[in-house]
Amino acid sequence: MLKIDSPAHLDTWRAELVDATDPERQRIAVCGDTSCRVYGSEKVWSAFTNEISQQGVDCSVDYDVKLTGCHGFCEKGPLVVIRPQGIFYTHVGVKDVPEIVSETVVGGRIIERLLYTDPNSGETIQQEEDVPFYKHQLRLILNLNGILDPSYIEEYITFGGYGSLSQVLFALTPEEVIEKVKMSGLRGRGGAGFPTGLKWELCRNQPGDVKYVICNADEGDPGAYMDRSIMEGNPHRVLEGMIIGGYAIGANHGYVYIRNEYPRAVKHLQRAIDQAEECGFLGENILGSGFDFKVRIKLGSGAFVCGEETALMQSIEGRVGEPRPRPPYPTESGLWGKPTNINNVKSWASVPIIFGKGVELFANIGTENSKGTAIFSVVGNINNTGLVEVPMGISLRELIFDIGGGIPNGKALKAVQIGGPSGGCIPAKHLDVPVDYESLNELGAIMGSGGMVIADEDTCMVDFARYFMAFTQEESCGKCVPCRLGTKAMLATLERICAGDGQPDDVDYLIELGNEIKSSSLCGLGQTAPNPVLSSIRYFRDEYEAHIMDATCPAGVCKGLITYSVIPENCTGCMVCLRNCPTDAISGGKQEIHVIDVEKCTRCGMCRSVCKFDAIKVI
Amino acid sequence: MQISINEIHDIITREALGEGSLIAALEEIQERYRYLPPEAIILASEQLGVPLSQTYAVATFYNAFSLKPKGKHNLCVCMGTACHVRGSPQLLDRLETNLGIEAGETSRDRLFTLETINCLGACALGPIVVTDGEYSGQMTIQKVDRILKGIVRAEEKLDAQN
Repeated sequence: MLKIDSPAHLDTWRAELVDATDPERQRIAVCGDTSCRVYGSEKVWSAFTNEISQQGVDCSVDYDVKLTGCHGFCEKGPLVVIRPQGIFYTHVGVKDVPEIVSETVVGGRIIERLLYTDPNSGETIQQEEDVPFYKHQLRLILNLNGILDPSYIEEYITFGGYGSLSQVLFALTPEEVIEKVKMSGLRGRGGAGFPTGLKWELCRNQPGDVKYVICNADEGDPGAYMDRSIMEGNPHRVLEGMIIGGYAIGANHGYVYIRNEYPRAVKHLQRAIDQAEECGFLGENILGSGFDFKVRIKLGSGAFVCGEETALMQSIEGRVGEPRPRPPYPTESGLWGKPTNINNVKSWASVPIIFGKGVELFANIGTENSKGTAIFSVVGNINNTGLVEVPMGISLRELIFDIGGGIPNGKALKAVQIGGPSGGCIPAKHLDVPVDYESLNELGAIMGSGGMVIADEDTCMVDFARYFMAFTQEESCGKCVPCRLGTKAMLATLERICAGDGQPDDVDYLIELGNEIKSSSLCGLGQTAPNPVLSSIRYFRDEYEAHIMDATCPAGVCKGLITYSVIPENCTGCMVCLRNCPTDAISGGKQEIHVIDVEKCTRCGMCRSVCKFDAIKVI
Repeated sequence: MQISINEIHDIITREALGEGSLIAALEEIQERYRYLPPEAIILASEQLGVPLSQTYAVATFYNAFSLKPKGKHNLCVCMGTACHVRGSPQLLDRLETNLGIEAGETSRDRLFTLETINCLGACALGPIVVTDGEYSGQMTIQKVDRILKGIVRAEEKLDAQN
């Protein structure tokens, strides 16, 4: 591979690559992200590349096929986009490939059945950009994810890659870089929202020759996967951000701390590091500027607490990932006692955009105090599960209904959980709240790392809170007492309530204990662990009271409080539930109305899931 | 699986690239044997000059490490939030009942290990069960039953052949 030794050399290379690209040539982009792969996208991709000629399909039109990063609309995978026309096909199978080639690529005709159908109007939509899921988004960070093949650095270069780095290294002093990041208004995308430029400045101003930058890719928040998608789909953008950060801060070494649950992200990032080293974007004397920078990957080993910055550094050092008190902050004394700057994947990926598109452009997006875009993984009870990038300040309603397509099966929205185990839930009545750091905080949630879980009317908020508390209790490292014992006590109380043994003063106890844990825990994990419980009590206290006072679970979820029974009018006596019941709790003959024995029933839900006639009810 | 001291030795030497290499070495050993044999923990301590207590602390702190050998087949239920609201607790229940073990345990015949994971980050597929590394999305109780039956049948066939 070419070693690039000057900005001019990079420009020439880019010009060559752009010249070699025929804008009119048909380009087929198959989504290669984890979800689409499980639906078979890799086979679709190889069918486009290999099998066409063998099947006697007319291939008179030459075309390119790429396996790209995540297109975002995971619900409809495997996704295929044909450019330059921008035709958007959903749920594409291997069997559709010959037809796509002969009809669309060669014949220029649309295959109606593969198009996205708007569930509201019933009309099909041809163009990717017209699909409501994409139309309301502003994809700054994710823009290239569905376009370029992350296996090749050339692809990133063609789309302007490493141009920001070249500009920064030769046209700006480190102080000027920091000033521009400050002006852009970028705040930490890991969730806390600390101003990025200020953090860089604090680190730069520390004395000492050895400093580190770290990319926090320990995306442990369940329900969030945008960091994985960015690293899989466009790893060079993260690296470019880190190199610029290293230059600004005066660091020559960077680490990416990444979960071992993300093997493909590790692979793509390592390949990107190797390519960047070969091309001279990493290593010594980058682009002939005299600046040296190296990046190494460190794998996490399945501990949520390691997403906390001081625990993360302990883990890189090879120790148990227990947090330590701050101050001193990592910018003063971090990895191996040296000044260290830690930012999240999304923050690093935003940096090249700030310099590439201009500080003003970035600063003009969003609200007064929250600039740029926010990425959410919108998951749970939602029609359009996927990765969404929106300008800060968009309302939750737009996000859930215009982009997310609303709630499936005609159910009602109950709450939106933002920020995972550290965040809180926002009830449906606050849907018009703008999505930015401050507004969400006011409602008891946080921006967090971007997991947004939609809960419909069938979700029990007490059980939901119990779920998060079970998670944080399990992941509490045990170093400080409030978190170690406090989360245990909160969980035990919640479990008792869910089992039907709640006491009248349990809710007040949870509030008191929760506030104590928040104010006295050592690190962010404990300080935020009670949030899901406290916010659900704030908005859904009646559900807690129904569990405790009336011994009922209004949503029909908590096993200790529900019974399954047959609705006689709906039961056809088909015997399906009876045959599937694991504990033989259902009796009745063919065409006789079945009866569930409450004593034998384990409330596993099997009968309800197999019944075709809606004849099983839960109360 | 046979434990080879020489092999463990090689892994540790290869990973011993200065500070912070203990976790990387243990990760390699875990990857190779799917658990950390006692020999490996002792050897890692000696070779890397880390007190045994600290190595043990690391080996028991992180979820990715196991001190117990795993079963031949690994079933892993994603317990991420999206999977949770789409019914993963019911799937786990079903597997626990059918296998007669709890999450984190290995069946007596060493055929199955049942595990949970906090989030695989493939939430559109939820609920997800991973069978020997292969993701199955939008799982239901029936589909889980089918997967289990499939493995048991294949194993019976293997037994019959032997």
